[in-house]
Amino acid sequence: MSQRIVIDPVTRIEGHAKITLHLDDDGQVADARFHVTEFRGFEKFCEGRLFWEMPSITARICGICPVSHLMASAKAGDTILGVRIPTAAEKLRRLMNWGQIVQSHALSFFHLSGPDLVLGMESDPMQRNLAGLIALNPEFARDGIRLRQFGQDVIRLLGGKSIHPAWCVPGGVREPLSVEKRDEMLRRLPEAFEIIERALKLYKNEVVAKHRREYDVYGNFPSLFIGLVSNQGGLEHYDGLLRVMDSDGTILEPGLAPKRFREVIAEAVEPWTYLKMPYYKPYGYEGHAGLYRVGPLARVNLCDFAGTPKAEAELRLFRSNGRVVRQGFAYHYARLIEILFALEKIEETLNAPDVTNKHVRSQAEVNHLHGVGVSEAPRGTLFHEYWVDEAGLLQSVNLIIATGQNNLAMNRTVLQIARAYVAGQKLHEGLLNRLEHGIRLFDPCLSCSTHAAGQMPLTVELHGPDGELLDGLQRG
Amino acid sequence: METVVTLTLNGEMVSARADQTLLDVIREQKIDLPTLCHMQGLSERGGCRLCVVEVQGAPRPMAACVTPVTEGMVVRTHTPELEHQRRLVVELLLAERNHVCAVCVVNGHCDLQWAAAKLGVASVRYEYLHPDLTMDASHARFVLDHNRCILCTRCVRVCDEVEGAHTWDIAGRGIKTRVITDLSRPWGDSPSCTSCGKCVQVCPTGALFEKGATVAEMTKERDFVGWIIRGRTKREWTW
Repeated sequence: MSQRIVIDPVTRIEGHAKITLHLDDDGQVADARFHVTEFRGFEKFCEGRLFWEMPSITARICGICPVSHLMASAKAGDTILGVRIPTAAEKLRRLMNWGQIVQSHALSFFHLSGPDLVLGMESDPMQRNLAGLIALNPEFARDGIRLRQFGQDVIRLLGGKSIHPAWCVPGGVREPLSVEKRDEMLRRLPEAFEIIERALKLYKNEVVAKHRREYDVYGNFPSLFIGLVSNQGGLEHYDGLLRVMDSDGTILEPGLAPKRFREVIAEAVEPWTYLKMPYYKPYGYEGHAGLYRVGPLARVNLCDFAGTPKAEAELRLFRSNGRVVRQGFAYHYARLIEILFALEKIEETLNAPDVTNKHVRSQAEVNHLHGVGVSEAPRGTLFHEYWVDEAGLLQSVNLIIATGQNNLAMNRTVLQIARAYVAGQKLHEGLLNRLEHGIRLFDPCLSCSTHAAGQMPLTVELHGPDGELLDGLQRG
Repeated sequence: METVVTLTLNGEMVSARADQTLLDVIREQKIDLPTLCHMQGLSERGGCRLCVVEVQGAPRPMAACVTPVTEGMVVRTHTPELEHQRRLVVELLLAERNHVCAVCVVNGHCDLQWAAAKLGVASVRYEYLHPDLTMDASHARFVLDHNRCILCTRCVRVCDEVEGAHTWDIAGRGIKTRVITDLSRPWGDSPSCTSCGKCVQVCPTGALFEKGATVAEMTKERDFVGWIIRGRTKREWTW
């Protein structure tokens, strides 16, 4: 008799979602689905607005990664204006983007996934949370808070506030960086370096050793990877070229101009989720052949080199077992490497002489009726594509969000974990948490990806084929 | 010689010239009374109803901006009932169109936002209408966003009375009322508009703003109306 298990909602992720497992007559997992249950509709209600307003409107898609939307939206605006923004403005935008990488990755590793990694996947759910983490390992919990604070402060010092700063605009940025603020950031950097080095040590010495099986099972499958690399092929988060690679390391697309992204990315929809299913266009959607992954793992796999000394050393360790790492569990490691890289780049950029230059905004009118803006959000590549009329009013808006691009991969990860750990019908809480961790690896931001918001309780139900409730679990 | 009248304002006896409005006298007495459609130097409209006051013997609250002072008048400006009515007016304005402060060009510099904050409007009890309204971005320098217009007609009056172009006017009735330029042709096609920008500066909200301005970036300069009027009437050019 086939059955259906529902985990609703999934916790410690950003947004609302549920997981369903479909068991066959023998109690084996036949299919698993990750459903995103929220919808927001930004693409529609932005029509008729001015593209000048879009950075601030689309930043409201998310409170965790508003900066990514600011970047992509302002860059789409730059292309509509047809301007090359001042050098200092580009440096400042990059600084803010790295600040965001630091704060968002710190949240994901230390606080969203930290309870699983430090306390254990199947540990007492009453303790497996931030409070339990603080009780067991206060230094680790504090490190997460301090590192996240550093990232948030970089954003705040640049943009006036850490959430939804109205600072990044088409043509550049609104305010230059003062010498005082630059020095404040530089003063805070050493502590951030200490924290990330402690976290890397903990990950390599303890987390991996404790999670051998999880490392082999969670999201370990061949897939394509898509992301930006710099024009020279280095690790990149703000601009550059789109690269596509498979998990054997074969480069399918070495460097495509981001405005041509539609040549490699197409979107499919499924009736059971609000989250679209982007896929690699040349391989097609059939049988999920075009499944690809974006985000830290993809970026760290795709680049030829990191470009900063400490991150470069870590990148070599990351690749010690092969050029491409396909284990989804390595998202955690990739995230830590990116934090280290971002801190090094912040330091390098703050020490550049022109970072405090006062000329930070290019002025122009509408010169092009179509614009594409791309940036690497913490979770992966983010595209904003706008069509405007001569006055600058938006005729159409298309947003392709990182989490959406990981949708197929998240579904496959859930299925893989379910097949490895679900045996028979009896549910237990630890199992549910493993499935959720499979999702947390991707650090999904569902508010963004459905241009939708939320927090997740957790209900798991096991239904018979006639809808009869066979078993159920609820998290408070 | 000017005629002087005496009236009672919040229990105090005050003197005023007979040609003054109640609002003039109330402001002279440094009593804080919110307004939205009033603008020093322009004709009064009495439309926003925020300056309503209680006049003894009158059957209903009176808009101070369009009520002349009279001898022996007894006026109260801040009763609980009046405060309630002012809050109600602001709530209705907020519910009528799409005022989204967080992404507005005048966030932090908006008369409607200030009035709401001052009157303690913490929430709106009415259902938002969410009308489907357009923007007119056809002008080279300025943009009209109907979503944020409160129909105060300051733009209409400043264009007519100060600039002398009368580009702006009002079309439609009731909830379908809209400000229009030159018999409802796109602002950018208006032959009468001199692109002086006075309408943009006097607009109390983000309904009229400079093109290219982003969130919270637009501040408005209002003193110029008084300078122009004083120069024109008294030949005094002390800016």
